Amino acid sequence: MNPNLVNFIYLIAGVLFILGIKGLTKPKTAVRGNMLSALGMLLAVVVTLLSIHHVDFAYIIAGLILGTLVGAVMALRVQMTSMPQMVALLNGFGGGASLAIAVAEYFSKLGMVPSSFADALLPTEANSSLFGAGIEGEVALIAIGLTVMIGAVTLTGSLIAFLKLQEVMKKSYGLPGGPVGNAILALASLAAVAFLVINPGHVGVMLAMIVLALALGLFLVMPIGGADMPVVIALLNSYSGIAAALAGFILGNTVLIVAGSLVGTSGLILTQIMCVAMNRSLANVLFGKMAAGGEKIDADEIYAGKVTSAQPDEVAMILETAKRVVIVPGYGMAMAQAQHAVRELANAMEARGIEVEYGIHPVAGRMPGHMNVLLAEAEVPYDKLVEMERINPTFEETDVVIVIGANDVTNPMARDVEGSPIYGMPILNVDKARTVVVIKRSLSPGFAGLPNPLFAMDHTLMVYGDGKKAVIEMTTALNQS
Amino acid sequence: MEILILLLALFVLSLFLGVELITKVPPTLHTPLMSGTNAVSGITLVGALLAAGAEGSPMLVNGLGFIAVTLATINVVGGYLVTNRMLAMFKRK
Repeated sequence: MNPNLVNFIYLIAGVLFILGIKGLTKPKTAVRGNMLSALGMLLAVVVTLLSIHHVDFAYIIAGLILGTLVGAVMALRVQMTSMPQMVALLNGFGGGASLAIAVAEYFSKLGMVPSSFADALLPTEANSSLFGAGIEGEVALIAIGLTVMIGAVTLTGSLIAFLKLQEVMKKSYGLPGGPVGNAILALASLAAVAFLVINPGHVGVMLAMIVLALALGLFLVMPIGGADMPVVIALLNSYSGIAAALAGFILGNTVLIVAGSLVGTSGLILTQIMCVAMNRSLANVLFGKMAAGGEKIDADEIYAGKVTSAQPDEVAMILETAKRVVIVPGYGMAMAQAQHAVRELANAMEARGIEVEYGIHPVAGRMPGHMNVLLAEAEVPYDKLVEMERINPTFEETDVVIVIGANDVTNPMARDVEGSPIYGMPILNVDKARTVVVIKRSLSPGFAGLPNPLFAMDHTLMVYGDGKKAVIEMTTALNQS
Repeated sequence: MEILILLLALFVLSLFLGVELITKVPPTLHTPLMSGTNAVSGITLVGALLAAGAEGSPMLVNGLGFIAVTLATINVVGGYLVTNRMLAMFKRK
């Protein structure tokens, strides 16, 4: 096929990717957008298959079949609560693919593969002209080096993120020296890239760089706690895009560059949104712990004698007279698998003419937008899912707020107590509502490890117990009255 | 050299376009955005196809190509299917 035609079709594919993401700006156009994007991918793959000559299709067909089977099974079987794990794995595979391409391209251009490990350690006299004429050779080598590095970090980092989200790995491990150890690993990999640009024949250095970068990915993610995973997978999402764009520079391929940079910016923007929603810098999430600021706050002092508890049927009586109710879900709702029960309760309230909306904090759940997907699966219409900035001004006119499985994102200390570790974090101002009902197993603190003065307020009622059971009992009581 | 500059221009402009597009995606759709962009990053499949089948290449190159094709295909198929599954759930009343 004519290379110009191939590039023209790559351009069309790129435009379809852009239209696809544009479709995602509205729920109504999103399904069509995703299809357009998939069509772009199909075009790009088909035109690539038609343009390659003198190839052995056995490897290609085998890879396509295996990948399709695994991908389809994963996509059709995954539970919505496990979506963060799925995305973490996909990020890792994307990084792994870029890594494999870069290493293949390195050996292919070098024109030789060492026959044994000992051979690999004997440097050859190869120079950058094998990789391109003049400066292009050096640029190709830089691109190969950086793709290997970012691809490898994405691969192992994502696998660790997967293990943490799946709760297989519960503890946090780190290199001695923490960030310093990671910085040494990163600098050593970069030094290896620089060395290879000058001496591309040193296969041993290439192998060492791969090992260093794989280790870097492991040690970057292992120390990070489960509740910070939304930031980590958004960042790894970005890396997988950057690795794809860099692979585009190796191959001189336009569609890889366009698609890769779109994904790279998407991940970075989501990372930024998550960090702002936690009022922490990216460096703090990656390398730090929660600030241990201020004196220790005594939970007993805040709660003692001030917490009012209630039974589900008492809550139902309050709901009966309400005009407007806001439900604030957190990851605890997903853990209790209570989203369908919550939807039933909302149905019962709406049947009585009560206005019901959901207030969603950006970091509720285990990945950006996770709570919305879980509620959409429970058939909550998306126009009822209201983001923090829009729901906050409405709490003063809200009769009852039901907080289920959320804690830190409702803690008024973030707003009122200067010097508190979470001070400055944007929260849902549920305490402004006339009555606040908190469904929770106990008064135990959330991830931030802080007591929540909301629980001790005069207009707050604590309903202790399993979220799903409590919500079902409220619904029954409401229906019977 | 000229090609390199063109590729660089494409890269930089795409980054700016990405910022403009992504900031308009509502938080409700951030999870499908992530899985959808995962599928798009499966575009490495194109690069993988170029690496996988090169005839007369050493076994190692073909083997790495095979791994790349498999992983990128999982991204493409898995990413688009799961995104479609999620988006189909977002309904209006």
